[in-house]
Amino acid sequence: MNEEFLNTLGSIIGTATPLVIASLGETITERAGVVNLSLDGSLALAAVLGFAAAWTAQEAGVLDVPMQIALGIAVAMLVGALIALLVAFSSIKLRRDQVAVGFVLTLLAADLARFLGADFTRIPGPQITRFAIPVLADIPILGQIFFRQNLLVYVSYILMFAIWFWLFRTRGGLALRAIGERPEAAFARGAKVERLRYWYTFLGGALVGLAGAAYSLNVKPGWSSPPAMQGDGWIALAIVIFGGWHPFRVVLGAWLFAALRAVSSNIQTNGLFFFGQEINFPFVLLNTLPWLLMILTLLVVSGGFTERMLQYLPRAVQRRLRAFMRSDPPRALATRFERE
Amino acid sequence: MEIELRRIEKHFGPVHANRDISVTFHEGRIVGILGENGAGKSTLMKILSGFQPADSGEILIDGRTIDYTGPTAAIANGIGMLQQDPLDVGAFTVLENFIYGGGDGITLQRKQAEAALRELTARFGFELDPYQPIDNLLIAERQQLEIIRLLALGVKTLILDEPTTGISAEQKLILFQALRRLAHDEGMIILLVSHKLEDVIDLCDEVMVLRAGLLIGDMQMPSADENLTSAVIADVKQALVTMMFGEELEAQSRGEIEMGSPVLEVEQLVVHDLRLDMQPISMTARAGEVIGLAGLGGSGQELFMRACARLQRVTGGALRFNGGNALSLSYRQLFHRGCIFGAAGRLEEGLIAGLTLTEHTALVADDNLRIDWKDMQKRTISRIDQYRVKGRATDQIEQLSGGNQQRVLMGLLPDNPKLLILEQPTRGLDVDSARWIWTQLLERCQQGTAIIFNSSDLEELVTYSDRIFVFYVGSVYEVPDANDTSIDELGFLIGGEFARA
Repeated sequence: MNEEFLNTLGSIIGTATPLVIASLGETITERAGVVNLSLDGSLALAAVLGFAAAWTAQEAGVLDVPMQIALGIAVAMLVGALIALLVAFSSIKLRRDQVAVGFVLTLLAADLARFLGADFTRIPGPQITRFAIPVLADIPILGQIFFRQNLLVYVSYILMFAIWFWLFRTRGGLALRAIGERPEAAFARGAKVERLRYWYTFLGGALVGLAGAAYSLNVKPGWSSPPAMQGDGWIALAIVIFGGWHPFRVVLGAWLFAALRAVSSNIQTNGLFFFGQEINFPFVLLNTLPWLLMILTLLVVSGGFTERMLQYLPRAVQRRLRAFMRSDPPRALATRFERE
Repeated sequence: MEIELRRIEKHFGPVHANRDISVTFHEGRIVGILGENGAGKSTLMKILSGFQPADSGEILIDGRTIDYTGPTAAIANGIGMLQQDPLDVGAFTVLENFIYGGGDGITLQRKQAEAALRELTARFGFELDPYQPIDNLLIAERQQLEIIRLLALGVKTLILDEPTTGISAEQKLILFQALRRLAHDEGMIILLVSHKLEDVIDLCDEVMVLRAGLLIGDMQMPSADENLTSAVIADVKQALVTMMFGEELEAQSRGEIEMGSPVLEVEQLVVHDLRLDMQPISMTARAGEVIGLAGLGGSGQELFMRACARLQRVTGGALRFNGGNALSLSYRQLFHRGCIFGAAGRLEEGLIAGLTLTEHTALVADDNLRIDWKDMQKRTISRIDQYRVKGRATDQIEQLSGGNQQRVLMGLLPDNPKLLILEQPTRGLDVDSARWIWTQLLERCQQGTAIIFNSSDLEELVTYSDRIFVFYVGSVYEVPDANDTSIDELGFLIGGEFARA
């Protein structure tokens, strides 16, 4: 296969990583019944503060490079987690509306990021390096696409499998899904609903923070104004819906989105040729391509047609596919749990 | 195992839900807990099963005082409760629901759990597919799963809250058989909370009756070995009613109502949705007639009712309202011609949470651009008097109790509708409120209103309908004269056993 094409696919996986991690984080949070709408702002704030921490350590020359990056990541995760904790606290303890609180926090965090980031605009900082995974990197095609990346990309693979395993193969995962579906039932079975919601919102927020670090320390190192990830938080929220709250589908969605974005930006710079003939139309419209495709996919997945087709498949396959194709949100999403 | 409740007290604000209740439950007995809505029976059972703490009083098991913090602690002490709407997770499969809440370890150990589930279902003659999502199950199946789950957790006392609502006669037989076996062969304590006196007399060994939070008394039930003639059952029933209400309630029935011309004519109407393909339906409702629709939830009666009100797509057949073609009309147009639809979800579809009673009056009033609030207030207050609503004109609707919400809904109806299509008009109401609603409805029938309603309460169907249509997975069976049928027969019909009729 074309070397250049494989490299392009590899770079798509690389650039998709922040989206993948952020969407996975939000998936956990929403599975627990909390919607953290602050994603777009928390990504930016986590990115700038993570970068600032790593860069400051570099300037001061205190740590060696891997530790500078680790510090940056830790700070970013903490920022994401704390903002998420605010959403959880105001919803669970203060009984405020999750949507309203998340929305306000988005705006607040985004503006705060611009203000705090002003001093860090366009300066180089420490950067995560690539390394190929021995053996796996030598697999034809797949190795080149998936296993010549950097650490965060590998982390995103692990996260995907770990979250899937936790959700569907462990008792803890049953509790996580139950508090997002029917907290009363979870309570009757001994789950500490509110504590678990705090915890999973915190965890999901930490992943959003990690995604922020993935921007400023990896994909587009440094900080620019307007920030490179602007709008990606909303995209991540959409990808969670597109992914039906299932980790595999969410990751596929993020990759698909990144691929479409790469295609459209390629066409916008190089033009579109069809049998050597240049085709002209307002290429800016191509930016809507990912959204159109998402809507189309959702229609197909949730339509009655698919349900009918499923019936012709063997039962075991049907079962698996149905869990994978689910399109309903967790039933208690964005609601409060009231004990009688 | 022996459970003793000592001097249980519980208040909810000004309401004294349980007053100084002391009672002992013995091994191997099935005990019925009776009382009208608000008598405190659910509260007492929730206290016993750990869902609510008592204000004061003690619970002793085999002489030991126990102190519990929640439902799981109650289960650990051997007491489990099956809620009326079983507390399961709809998106889970049967197996996942069975696993969740029991066992330990990190992984699910599906293999062992599936074996245990299959063994228990086989033992009680239940049929449950471990890999079905709960959402696809009938209430009866969800109950069976919950019972099995509690048994697997080692429960020795099982509390059931209204388990026979919304299940067929056949499913009831299976359930009762399992319960008898658990009590009489395996020595468990079964507590049955129910409104249905027939069920209580059929199943229970003894009955305790609550009224206004007080334990009024108890009564031994005739055992199944004795000759249970209908006269004996009627006597026991009368005695129980007297205990529950402190007075004898006279049987309510619809008087003779003169039937007029056809109001709604349905001919070979075809409706379907993704889940259900229904056979064509024909029926005629005449002025003053009450037509009851029976069937387990989701058997097609809801679709049919909505189709009659033009709230559901119709793919074939004819529908005439007052002689004119109704298929060319929208619901709004039908509404203005006197065809009113009342949804089962009072707060979801019937009323608007967050609006006051006066604002509701204004909503259904004439379409003037400007609202005369003084006039609306006056109208609302007179309706509140007329319909004996416990609430004020300035209250938001969700602050009222279910019975009062239903009264408001009745008050909002236009004065002389031609046709009322009502989904479960008395769902969740106590006997007194339900009777009041029906008094109002029958009064309208006298004036020529036709009523089509559905209900999961078979007694309600038999009592008030002229004709009953039974829905079963899309097919329809007509009981031409409701006086000719019995609750038992209807129970078999809704389970699809049309041959028995």
